[in-house]
Formats: sequence, C-alpha cells, structure tokens
Amino acid sequence: MTNANGRFGVHGGQYIPETLMNAVIELEEAYNHYKNDPEFNKELEELFNEYANRPSRLYYADKMTKDLGGAKIYLKREDLNHTGAHKINNVLGQALLAKKMGKTRLIAETGAGQHGVATATAAALFGMECVVFMGEEDTKRQALNVYRMRLLGAEVIPVKSGTATLKDAVSEAMREWTSRIADTHYCLGSVMGPHPFPTIVRDFQAVISKEIKEQIMEKEGRLPDVVMACCGGGSNAIGTFYNFIEDKDVRLIGVEAAGRGIDTFETAATINTGRLGIFHGMKSYFCQDEYGQIAPVYSISAGLDYPGIGPEHAWLHDTGRGEYVAITDDEAVNAFEYLSKTEGIIPAIESAHAIAYAMKLAPTLDKDKIIVVTVSGRGDKDCAAIARYRGEDISE
Amino acid sequence: MSNIANAFKNGKAFIPFITCGDPDLETTMKIVHEMQDNGADLIELGIPFSDPTAEGPVIQEASLRALNAGTTTDKIFDMVIKLRSEGITVPMVFMTYANVVYSYGSERFISKCKEIGIDGLILPDIPYEEKEEFWDICVKYDIDLVSLIAPTSEDRIAMIAKEAKGFIYVVSSLGVTGTRSTITTDIGALTSKIREVTDVPCAIGFGISGPEQAAKMSAHADGVIVGSAIVKIVAQYGKDAPSHVGEFVKSVKGAIS
Repeated sequence: MTNANGRFGVHGGQYIPETLMNAVIELEEAYNHYKNDPEFNKELEELFNEYANRPSRLYYADKMTKDLGGAKIYLKREDLNHTGAHKINNVLGQALLAKKMGKTRLIAETGAGQHGVATATAAALFGMECVVFMGEEDTKRQALNVYRMRLLGAEVIPVKSGTATLKDAVSEAMREWTSRIADTHYCLGSVMGPHPFPTIVRDFQAVISKEIKEQIMEKEGRLPDVVMACCGGGSNAIGTFYNFIEDKDVRLIGVEAAGRGIDTFETAATINTGRLGIFHGMKSYFCQDEYGQIAPVYSISAGLDYPGIGPEHAWLHDTGRGEYVAITDDEAVNAFEYLSKTEGIIPAIESAHAIAYAMKLAPTLDKDKIIVVTVSGRGDKDCAAIARYRGEDISE
Repeated sequence: MSNIANAFKNGKAFIPFITCGDPDLETTMKIVHEMQDNGADLIELGIPFSDPTAEGPVIQEASLRALNAGTTTDKIFDMVIKLRSEGITVPMVFMTYANVVYSYGSERFISKCKEIGIDGLILPDIPYEEKEEFWDICVKYDIDLVSLIAPTSEDRIAMIAKEAKGFIYVVSSLGVTGTRSTITTDIGALTSKIREVTDVPCAIGFGISGPEQAAKMSAHADGVIVGSAIVKIVAQYGKDAPSHVGEFVKSVKGAIS
C-alpha cells in the first residue's frame, strides 16, 4: 500500500526535525531486514501465542444478534489479550525489533493508558528501561493504569503542556526522543507519526484481520459483509481492516469519537470534522482552526481523544474504500452498558464506540449478513469514569 | 544574492529570535526595533504554533501566551508591513511549523512573505526529504527556505548543505530548544564538513544562553542564533521587556564582534 517514502496517496511522509531523521532511517532499515527474517517472525509468533494469549477468539454474540434482530454479530475479542487490549500486538513487535537493534530503553505516549501498560509490560519482559508520557488529565481519568505501569517498573511522566491529553503526550515523547536517540526506541502506539511507524504498527496489528479471516471462514465458510472497529489514531481499526482491503465486498467501517457531537467543538472525530494538515510527523486529516492551530479535541474516551488519524485511514477515506462514522459519548456509554448486560462482556469505552455503531447498523441489515466488530480492549479501566458519567461516585 | 546574505557582511552575525505576540504584538514591534538598533543582523520572527514539537518549555509557553492573546498569522503579516514602513531594514525570516504554512495555503503564505518583506522561512519539522513541496514555491517567490543540520546528521550533511540557501541553521545539540549550561557537540567538526560542500553561511542555534557561550560558538561559524534566552526576558518583563532585550542583544553582538 505504501510507496517508498511512506505515502498513502498524499498522506504520510516524514515531517520531523532533522535531528530524528537518521533514527527513523535506521528504524526503517532494521524493520525491512527483520520483517522477512524467519527467526524474528518465529520469536514474535511465539510471544503472540504463549505470552499474549493469541489467537484471540472470534465470538458469535448470539444474544446481541437476536436482540437487535438483524445481521449476525461476531466480536473479535482483543480484550482477552494479555494486558487487556490490542496494544500488546504492536508493542511486542516493536520491543523485539528494538532489542534486535540494540536499544535498551523504550519510551511511549499513552492516552487511556493501554499502550503505556503494554509498553511497560514488554519492557519488563525484555529487561528494558521504560518511560511513559501521559497527559496529566488522562493520569486522573485513568489512575488505575498509571499504577499498573509503575507496578511494571515504568516511570510515568504526567504531561502538563497544551491540553494535557494524548496529543501532548505524543509531542513530549517526540521531544524526549530528540534528546536521547542512541539507546532509546520510541515505541509509538498507533498507526501514526512519521514513516515507517504507520507501516510497522499496521503490520504488527494486521494479525487481527488475519485471524478474523481464518476464523470466520471456519465458522461461516465465507467472508463477513462488514468489519468495524473504533478509530482514534486507528491501530485496531487498521489491524481489523488490513487483510480485507483487497476484498472489495467487505465493508470497512471506522468509528470515530464524536464526543458531545460532530456539530460541537467538543469532538474528536477527525475524518468527520478535520481537514488536511501536517502534524506529528505526518500529512493527514487533523482537527484544527483556520490558521492551522491544532484543536483541543474532546471525547469521554482517553484513547480516542486525538486530533489526528493515521495516514492510511485518511487514504482509505479519500478512495472511498473505508467508511468513517462518529458515535457520541452518550451512545458509547449506552453501548458500554448494553454489551455488559447482554453478553456479559465489559468493553473498553473506546471499543464501545464500535459496539454502538454495530447496534445502529445491525438492525438495518438482513439476517444472513455478517458483521465483525473488534472489541479492542476490556472496560475494567473505565468503570469508575462511566459511573461518574452516570452520576455515581465510586472509588477505584 | 538574497537579502539574507547582507546579514553576514558585518563580521559574525547575531540572529535573535522572538515569539510574535508574546505578550502582545505591540511589544513584539518594540522589541524588533530594539533588536535592530542594538546590532541584530537578522531577526527570526516566530509565528506561534499550538503544538511546537521542536521547542522546549520556554518557547512552548511563549507560543501559548501569544495564541491566548489572539495572535494570528494574518495579524503577524500586518505587523511586518508596519515594521517595514517604520524603517526596519534588517533581514527578517519567519520561523514556524509546517502546518501553519500548509493550512494557510503554502503558495498564499509564501507569496505573502515576499509581498511584505520577509526574506526567509525556517520550518523545523520539514527535513530534506519533505522540503520539495515548500522549496519550489519558495524559489518561485525568492524566499530562502533555511536548511537545518543536526549533530545526528552525519552522512546527510553533504546532501543537505549542497542545496542550502540563505544560511544553514546548525543545531548545536540533541533535544529541543532551550538554554543549556554546556554544549558538548563538536561544532567545529560539523561546520567544517559543511564547508567542504558550500559557502552558504552557517549560524549556530539551540541552547545558547548568553554572550560568553555566543562568543565561543561564533568561533566555529558565521553567526549565532539565540531564542529561549530572549523569550525568557520577555516572560520576565512582559510589556517592559523591549529595553531589556535591547541590552541583551547589544551584549551578545558585542561579544561575537
């Protein structure tokens, strides 16, 4: 999909300070070497299976399907992975790569904390030093994950600049990488940033759609009609889409966070409200004002609270191959509660955005249609925040 | 030859930086006058960006103050027009981030630069590999797009230097902008590699805190750039900053002359 300079159509590229150029070139060369190395791939597969609990299940949500009365709904259970989300797929890949490159220190940004926890986990496993940058606002929303990271041996640095959320954590991690390159790998958590990150992260997350394809063929003997996932930067979404991009009959739906609504300023729905720009190393769509100042985005979900989207998604949108819809806080919270009560599965509030759209879409489709929804993470981390949203104050 | 070349005719050039609109544009205008009057050879005008990933806390905070004060790209263009009409003749360049230019419309932005008397453009998030889409427009309007070379550039130095225009911004240290007590990079080695392929002047920036360090750095280059140390003065004195900045500029220019 990518050309030599890491472009997806007009999107992507390497818009970073000169100081980092040799670091990303070194990373690209290492990745191009190891991605075809049987030994590397064997090690990674073993980590996926023995450590991260892959393959994740493809679960037929019978009660939900019957309740909604339309298309059959399957849930891709990334929430059952070790550390509770899809983030571990990418992190194990990047940490193994960093180790092969001789790096001894991992730095990462995190929004909801899932990527930070996954990075801290891999660092513990590989005996590497780990520093995680997290918006101060998010450290409050996701206090449990901050504790988990520290428990795993990582240092968590609250980022106070800007809106003190995910975008500021990314900026701070980039600044840190600029100051310490030789021993440090920046373990970026989504399909964003400068080339080669969008490609590397996608390749490590593509295991999601590879498994969905095998599992649905086994269960249904055919491909699904729709695959969908929530989409902030877009790593679980591209993982869900990737092996279906060439299967033109399979609809690819990315669900963005509308926050309080895409007609308000309190939204994080990039494709629905943003325009073309250059930020965080890439050309893509961004929420921004008329002078190109990045907008302070909002969503109840700390993991979708990002003003941009990965360049491959921007390209899937441009070409019409991908559909990008938006779900509000209210709809996501309803879906969070609905899936808990209907299937006994508490989804991450991020993933609940995808569930919410499935709840809208399924009844409009015939019963012989198949929808696969990726449950990117589990919702334990969100219980206190959702209780607060419903006016109930519980301590964690 | 571009106007920027004139900046390097009076011995070692001193290039001060200021974030436009911090605390307001009137103060910025007074500061620019002080800079010219006290011997600045070229002035770097920072257009604030919401998320300046190459800046340390000092310029991050200044950018935020400027934006909160209502500073916009258009207001800065108007300020430059006024400055030129008030007798500011020293070469001036904009330093900002790619999205500020791209979002305005790159050609619209760069043609406006030419129209109002801006001589060059520094975009720290545009490396060699991505410069073409801005470079071609800059060439068309005779604006120098300044190339940056970092301590990590190594095998990339010749490639970058060969095509450089105006001056080369030599980044003194790893990391982001901000004053440093010591600079450990072998700047001399860096600039002599650049000298092998081009005569375009080299100016060193990032981390230079005052006259002493500026003097030391200027031994290896054609000029020095000071940003955060000046922005700190503005943060401290606010609207009363212009005369203090003037004194600072005078002391640095004196030290490198």
